[in-house]
Amino acid sequence: MTALDHLTRPGAGDALLEVEAPAPRTVMRRRALQHVGFLTGGAIVLGVLLVAIFAPLLTAYDPFAQDLTRRLVPPVWSAKGSWAHILGTDGLGRDYLTRLIYGARISLTVGFGAAAIAGLIGTTLGLVGGYFGGRVDAAVMYLVNVKLALPGVLVALSLISMLGGSVAVVVTVLGFLFWDRFVVVTRSVTQQVRANEYVAAAEAVGASRLRIIVGEILPNVLNHIIVIASLEMAVAILVEAALSFLGLGIRPPTPSWGLMISEGRNFMFFQPYLVAIPGVAIFLLVIAINMLGDGIRDITAPEGRN
Amino acid sequence: MIRFLIHRATIAVLVALTVSIIGFSLLRLSGDLASALAGDSAKPEQIAATAHLYGLDRPLYVQYLDWAYRALHGDLGTSLFTNEPVARLIGERLGVTVQLSFMSLVFALAISIPLGVLAATRPNSWLDRTALGIAVFGQAIPSFWFGLILIIVFGVMLRLLPISGSDTFAHFIMPTVTLGVSVMPAFMRLTRTGMLDALDSDYVRMARAKGLSTASVLFKHALRNAILPVVSLTAVSLGFLLGGSVIVESVFALNGIGFLAFQSIIRTDFPVVQSIIVFVAVLYIVLTLVADLVNAWLDPRIRLG
Amino acid sequence: MTAAPAGQGGGAPVLEAAGLSVELDLPAGRLHAVRDVDLAVGRGETLCIVGESGCGKTMTALGIMGLLPRRARARARQLVLEGTDLMAIGASERAALRGNRMAMIFQDPMTALNPVYTVGNQIEEIYLRHGKGSRKAARERALYLLDKVGITAAASRLGQYPHQLSGGLRQRVMIAMALMCDPVLIIADEPTTALDVTIQAQILRLLADLQAELQTALILITHDLGVVARIADRVIVMYAGEVVETGTADQIFASPLHPYTQGLLDCIPVPGRTAPGSRLGAIPGMVPSLIGALDGCQFRNRCPHAFDACATGAVAFSRIDATRGRRCLLPQAPRSAEQAPQPASAP
Repeated sequence: MTALDHLTRPGAGDALLEVEAPAPRTVMRRRALQHVGFLTGGAIVLGVLLVAIFAPLLTAYDPFAQDLTRRLVPPVWSAKGSWAHILGTDGLGRDYLTRLIYGARISLTVGFGAAAIAGLIGTTLGLVGGYFGGRVDAAVMYLVNVKLALPGVLVALSLISMLGGSVAVVVTVLGFLFWDRFVVVTRSVTQQVRANEYVAAAEAVGASRLRIIVGEILPNVLNHIIVIASLEMAVAILVEAALSFLGLGIRPPTPSWGLMISEGRNFMFFQPYLVAIPGVAIFLLVIAINMLGDGIRDITAPEGRN
Repeated sequence: MIRFLIHRATIAVLVALTVSIIGFSLLRLSGDLASALAGDSAKPEQIAATAHLYGLDRPLYVQYLDWAYRALHGDLGTSLFTNEPVARLIGERLGVTVQLSFMSLVFALAISIPLGVLAATRPNSWLDRTALGIAVFGQAIPSFWFGLILIIVFGVMLRLLPISGSDTFAHFIMPTVTLGVSVMPAFMRLTRTGMLDALDSDYVRMARAKGLSTASVLFKHALRNAILPVVSLTAVSLGFLLGGSVIVESVFALNGIGFLAFQSIIRTDFPVVQSIIVFVAVLYIVLTLVADLVNAWLDPRIRLG
Repeated sequence: MTAAPAGQGGGAPVLEAAGLSVELDLPAGRLHAVRDVDLAVGRGETLCIVGESGCGKTMTALGIMGLLPRRARARARQLVLEGTDLMAIGASERAALRGNRMAMIFQDPMTALNPVYTVGNQIEEIYLRHGKGSRKAARERALYLLDKVGITAAASRLGQYPHQLSGGLRQRVMIAMALMCDPVLIIADEPTTALDVTIQAQILRLLADLQAELQTALILITHDLGVVARIADRVIVMYAGEVVETGTADQIFASPLHPYTQGLLDCIPVPGRTAPGSRLGAIPGMVPSLIGALDGCQFRNRCPHAFDACATGAVAFSRIDATRGRRCLLPQAPRSAEQAPQPASAP
């Protein structure tokens, strides 16, 4: 085996986690600016974020305002459409573009919130289990197994039906649904980093455990956490849409994209745009988030990719 | 291997126990179940009577033990909505869900594995990009929306397939495709990555050094190693599909246990919901154990220690 | 020009390579892994290719076998095995020769054996693939060879899996595998590096014995001069993808002609020659990058005798006689680094 073989190796793929020191800033910046997926995904996500934040500036309509005289107006590109309602109106005469824009707020809030909660729970468990090992680790893995065994969607549906469909409840319930992948990855990375000698050196010097975990291990884990967080954010958005579609997620009249699809279902055969438009929005946002996450992974640790 | 089995089985039992406790207590979270059951306008005596009727005035652990004992003997309680035994309700609908899950898995695997293998043999080709594209698509598309689109196109516009119910085989086609597309990405990526690793390995280089044919190198040597995690994932996915098909079943009005669970949640039929959650969880635990077993058996390093 | 074999077998060389080069196109540029290598090896002869990691010796072997990774390309003015022009035949004919007329033994027997199949399965498949006989014949041959390489209880070993065998045993299995179809050439890439020191000697002894008996041509790649001393008839020293010196084993050890070879020898303590308490040599610096355009001698940055002319133009390989040659601009053989003048400033 010569050193040259390493240069020709296609790479270990996703299954292996290579833990090396995070790439220096300048290298990362250069990679970031050349990575198509990262830039495209990032641009779209940023765009949606800005649209969500500046919603009132972008549309004059109120997402809740009904106008029963203007029900089911088709979008501007169809024969009976008009520029007054670019994406038409829904069954209660509400402007669809407006509801789409405000719906972005819901999706982003739920996605980000759920990922944050899941990340907090999962990372803490993973760090603790990976660092302390032994019985603590066994307990952590036991918790993960319990969580994996429970049918997530069914549990979420039950909880939300009992606790109500406010955004806060949905975010919290979903947050408690997705922390397992965080645990697995964080734990694995923690174990690898812990085996490194500089951690033993810190312990020998007498640094407190908390300080070691936060100071030595966390920085190495951070890259992986961000990548997983983006993945889970995308999943959270998809699950929220599904729950809202089933009527057991965000409550009407709040404009969740999933809810909009559900409301449009009744008119699906003659006004397919009611179902198509929010679906495309979900699809694009999720793809963009995934591209962003993949891009971040490529930029911070490209050796693990093909 | 025996020790490995015992260890896994013990953990499985512990997890199953925990899950049953959680599933059981889940539905008592909403506050006073008795008053919910008795109705909005019930007076305190009526609520107390309802509580006594359903045994809700006993301490929680007693309720749990009673329920667990009965469950182990096949008595999962009675539906509040239809007054039928829950076990019978589940039994009637389990077949549909199992059929849907199996068909979806077969569909997903039939596409993922060949595509993943081909993509790995020609990295960065158009084939590879297509495979990855399919993975990206399947991962991002909301399954319920995809189902609706299929209904619009194939059910309404082209009138090729029935759009609801579970009577004939044709009723399962669109649901299978919908569910299959959502699990395909994981299998595709896993196969592709596994094959890339295998093709890059020393033993594959050795196989080529022996002059073995391309087919032999690919299938006998590389794929045999790459497929190990895929087999595991299949068993685990089956467990996941059995619990996660609620969305697809609801969109297509398939009479499976997912749909039953959904309806029961809306009707606050808590014996049914509770039983389904625990049942699905235990099934998942069993399937995961089976996956471990199969994995251990397929890999001589684990099988023979 | 080829370094003609002077081995015991005599006659035409089994393998003859001239101008063998291997290039890889990387994002960073074109990597010249192997440049203009000539070699030849005859029946019953052991040719050792010596060099440090990254010098191109494995790539040379892979190039000969036709096992280069996807992004690599091999060129050669001549690459002939027993009269067959390897560059002119197609991939499937090449595959028909591998494991059959020429075999390779890899460095790490643990990773070179497929963990999910038995040892017997992996040995016998070579025989069956090249149509040498029936299943039964394959099994008999496998038993015969396992016994020949010194593995006891051969029959039970055939049914075992790679992870159940020790390192030394696995390497013996690899040797048996290489011999299944009675090849005329065996290339062994660092066959003892992954093994314990005590086992190393046994394996080398085994290779030497087998070769003497079967008269197979053996190319043995190593970075360990100790291995060379034990087993080599002729030696090729490689550095940065090029052959820098050739000669018989005696010649290389007694009078090295290239500063790199001299440097390698200086690193080894030799009983009787190295004065106790004296400092072992070390070659300062690192192997240069082989990407992009290369000029001058690649060793000049580490050479104690380098001078201006070393930096410009290609340094040609000068052949002294049939087996001897070197790639160096120095007028005479280098002395040991201890006696060398102060290192000249390399441009």
